Amino acid sequence: MTSRISPDLPGTYVFDGPTSRRGFRMNKLFMSLRSEAARTDFLADEPGYCARFGLTDDQTEAVLERDWQAMLDLGGSIFYIYKLAMMDGHSMQYLGGVFTGMSEADFKAAMLAGGRTDV
Amino acid sequence: MSEVIWGLATSHVPSIGAAMDRGVTADPVWAPLFEGYAPAREWLADNTPDVAILVYNDHANGIDLDIVPTFAIGTAERYEVADEGFGRRPVPDVVGSPELSFHLLQNLMDDGFDLTVFQELDVDHGFTVPLSVWTPQPGDAWPCPVVPLLVNVIQYPQPTAARCYALGKALGRAIASFEGARTVGILGTGGMSHQLAGARAGFINPRFDAMFLDAIENDPEKLAALTREDFIREAGSEGIELIMWLVMRGAMNAQVRKVHSAYHVPASNTAAGLALFDNRTAQPA
Repeated sequence: MTSRISPDLPGTYVFDGPTSRRGFRMNKLFMSLRSEAARTDFLADEPGYCARFGLTDDQTEAVLERDWQAMLDLGGSIFYIYKLAMMDGHSMQYLGGVFTGMSEADFKAAMLAGGRTDV
Repeated sequence: MSEVIWGLATSHVPSIGAAMDRGVTADPVWAPLFEGYAPAREWLADNTPDVAILVYNDHANGIDLDIVPTFAIGTAERYEVADEGFGRRPVPDVVGSPELSFHLLQNLMDDGFDLTVFQELDVDHGFTVPLSVWTPQPGDAWPCPVVPLLVNVIQYPQPTAARCYALGKALGRAIASFEGARTVGILGTGGMSHQLAGARAGFINPRFDAMFLDAIENDPEKLAALTREDFIREAGSEGIELIMWLVMRGAMNAQVRKVHSAYHVPASNTAAGLALFDNRTAQPA
């Protein structure tokens, strides 16, 4: 058996083992935000909270700046990143808009029109 | 001896559950989806099994990335509905069937499937939305005990479609030798085509989905031959969830009778599909 690496498909994130290693601490932080007490702690001192979870400087900056694209690039899983987005009151359509360079309204409209079938 | 009486394949998009919880299923955006569910729900209400098995994946609610089991089974008496961040869904906790869980565990293990065991598990929308698709108004309890069977679809490499189909076949054999129930329903969940992240976010592939809906009934072997790369390319990075439908299909007879199917775009960012099959049908000689 040969071991194949994960596929390289344009415009597509494949959340593979090395990516998961890279984002491990950051994804843990996102998961913690399920509890209200954790959200309160986080909002009271975001840099301190990131430090407590052991995020890298790049990851901390991405989180503080709400740079959703950078979070993906730095090993975030979309299901985990979504916890932070939800806390901020954002929908998955909002994130879809960010990733595709559209407004949330345009992204929603594209989905209602049958989705992006040509990408 | 137990018999799989039906298989229900359905998407598990959280917003489907949210639409029901907020009572907006008749709104123009949602009505076509829920109208598509109606015939399946009616039939299912008349065909309640003694116990059900639900094949699903968790989304950062019941388990995190510390441990990523490829295949796992719950063995608890009860599974609490997870709080995914802003309160749990207003639906009943899930009553399990440890007796069936342990029977499946041992038989699947003997058949070469080394499952991870969850003695405690909070179930998220991946689990409760399919239950709501089946039973929109459960009242105080779901129609029967349900055993969770988990598949890793989030972290690459996911199990192959072929392995999922083989697990389904082993599951079918294990169910047949269970003496604690007579009738079993099996749910395969997730999909259909969708992609949440990247420049291709919002990707939907109705042609692939139509092919999949037909082949899950008539030619599951063809789907079992698809690679991870095929799924990610053709159905989007999250569309690979469709491998869980193959576990359901593998547990059923070679020939099944389609009771109902439905397809609607979108449920949030996803193509929502449903397929209900009756397993009690004459088999080819």
